[in-house]
Amino acid sequence: MFGRRTQGIHVRDEKNTSDSVPKAVPTPGKVVIPMSMHVGAPCTPVVKVGQEVKLGEPIGAPNGLGAPIHASVSGKVTAIQDLVMPNGATVPAVVITSDGTQTVWEGVRPPKVHDLASFTEAVKESGLVGLGGAGFPTWAKLTTGIDTLLVNGGECEPYCTTGCRTMLDSTEDLLEGARLVKQYIGAKEVIIAIEESAPKALAKMEQAVAGLEGFAVKRLPARYPQGAEKMQIFNTTGRVVPEGKLPKDVGVIVMNVASVAFIAEYLRTGMPLVTKAVTIDGPAVREPKNVIAPVGMAIGEILEAAGGCKEDPAKVIYGGPMMGGCVASLDFPLLKQNNAFLAFDEKTARMPDPTPCIRCARCVDACPMSLMPVDIAKAYELQDAQGLMDLHVDLCMECGICTYVCPAKRGLAFTNKMAKGFLREYRAKNQEVKQA
Amino acid sequence: MKLLTVSANPHVRDRATTQSIMLDVIIALVPALVASILLFGVDALLVVLVCVAVAVLAEYIWEKAVKRPVTISDLSAVVTGVLLAYCLPSTIPLWQAALGSIFAIIVVKQFFGGIGCNFANPAATARIMLFLAFSSEMASFTYDGVSTATPLALMGQSAEAASSATGEAVQQLPGLLDMFLGRHGGCLGEVCALALLIGGIYLIARRVISWHIPVVYLVTVAVFSLLVGRDPLYDLLSGGLMLGAFFMATDYSTSPMTVLGKVIYAVIVGLLTMTIRVWGSYPEGVSFAILLGNILTPHIDRLTRHKPLGVAKKGGAKA
Repeated sequence: MFGRRTQGIHVRDEKNTSDSVPKAVPTPGKVVIPMSMHVGAPCTPVVKVGQEVKLGEPIGAPNGLGAPIHASVSGKVTAIQDLVMPNGATVPAVVITSDGTQTVWEGVRPPKVHDLASFTEAVKESGLVGLGGAGFPTWAKLTTGIDTLLVNGGECEPYCTTGCRTMLDSTEDLLEGARLVKQYIGAKEVIIAIEESAPKALAKMEQAVAGLEGFAVKRLPARYPQGAEKMQIFNTTGRVVPEGKLPKDVGVIVMNVASVAFIAEYLRTGMPLVTKAVTIDGPAVREPKNVIAPVGMAIGEILEAAGGCKEDPAKVIYGGPMMGGCVASLDFPLLKQNNAFLAFDEKTARMPDPTPCIRCARCVDACPMSLMPVDIAKAYELQDAQGLMDLHVDLCMECGICTYVCPAKRGLAFTNKMAKGFLREYRAKNQEVKQA
Repeated sequence: MKLLTVSANPHVRDRATTQSIMLDVIIALVPALVASILLFGVDALLVVLVCVAVAVLAEYIWEKAVKRPVTISDLSAVVTGVLLAYCLPSTIPLWQAALGSIFAIIVVKQFFGGIGCNFANPAATARIMLFLAFSSEMASFTYDGVSTATPLALMGQSAEAASSATGEAVQQLPGLLDMFLGRHGGCLGEVCALALLIGGIYLIARRVISWHIPVVYLVTVAVFSLLVGRDPLYDLLSGGLMLGAFFMATDYSTSPMTVLGKVIYAVIVGLLTMTIRVWGSYPEGVSFAILLGNILTPHIDRLTRHKPLGVAKKGGAKA
């Protein structure tokens, strides 16, 4: 009863597209492929303007932590230009004008894999990043000393259903991918975690793993943020990832269902990550559905190809409405790690104005990390660095649940983000003082 | 190129607003209003109307005067007005009721920064102010046209009578059913335990409040009462306990935020209530106990903060 770990909050799930099998959209006239679609330093373009490229050909090479980037259409590189990303960073982007033939690059062939090193190399070459939305390079997660592979099918974000579709449409690939990862990293167990909001996927996966040694499906209540890594590890294995540590430190790696299924597909075909299934939904969308589009295709074109909007969208979100960000323009391209585009109309785009905090403690009850958002907001207002450290604001994963539940409509999650930035600066300054 | 709206996540919000929460509290207070009109007549309604009108007006005028945003539409002033009226006798002079409302809103609430910032419950504190300032008006109760003492005052008297062994006839205590339905002298919104229970259950069902504070408060009072040899049912049904437990001790601004904090606070308020009832010179202690609990709330809050997931033992994690 005391200090209980919350199970999150039930958020209206809006799973309008769970029955929509993703269909490929027509190849666009051009794609704009930014060199940063992963956690880590941006890639360096390895093509020149005017060069002919084919589908699946590498166009960006990683620098350290990262994943290579490949051409998603065949055609000609017509520009390498700067692109401002939603986080404000400016990165180079390779613009390819399509020749419409989608000629496959000669280098696309199934990789030869026999041990963890060659498996990791293959996963790296595939360009795979965490497809749940975070975009962490998958190869960097693969390591020994893991006993449990947690396959994350907890699609807790409203609207998003591509994970659910992966489980339904690529069941074989998903199991094969999980088997491969399990085999090469030497894990003992595979747990596939699925929320009750996806009953069909749950039923299908439960049936699929029946009798499979070392495989289990874990049924999770439909609560947000059930898909969050640390929460899911706790809810499935009971293990707590200590502050500042990674899942692998408690013997677990977490991979999204789409990432796992992609690994099997890549080892079968050798085609790197050049297309992405995304959910197209939101109040402004005419026909909610799932589509498969080439990486780098403009969001506006994808929305059009999916049936268009009822009215000009006022806000377009990549990812789910809880953690997703906004794009400033419909010209912005589809990134590898995107799993949904949501178009909001004028009315739903406007966020309510904040009113004074009434100390109702709904944020305190809801926080999956057991933080105290109301206290953090106060400490941030006072620019109290020690207070923010005592409150462990760095543990905030910006899931947005505190802002969601706040009856006073205060932007608590955003305040946490600001507080984390403030602490970073504060620590950097202290470091300088110490060194001086 | 058309620019789109850009805002921080999340992009969807829960339906609940401060106003909808306050509206739920007002709805939960309606059964007690109906009961008070049935029991005390139209006088009760008049006191409620005066308290609410003055509370809202006071908030409006103050916020205009100090050039702060006017917040009367959040309905919190209405709640304060109703709660204050509920702990007044129906016979109170209306100007005294109005003064209580002004004190609650301006001194207790607005002086400390308005909604969410006040450290003491406005209604409970204003009741104490009126009680100390106008003791005779605040302690004269009429039921059925006859002026009576409250059951708690009677319990005090009978204890005295028994100990002094004068055998002086004391007024009869009302039966338990009359206590439950409110057919006895008392403050206009406090007497009908049934109506307050309905409202309290509504608030818990709507998740406006959690069960921890009211249940722990009531259990603490009942156990204490049993231990000192009083009738626990009488203690539960009399005075401002039901109103206090469900509507005043649960005030967001002035009660702790975590479950553990709520439990500690409710136990303290329960102990204080019974201490005053049993040994104090006042027959009733709910509003004093709540005010004292309010004062402890910031400390309870600081001591009962959640330990975040993955944080090592106390003070273990260094930044």
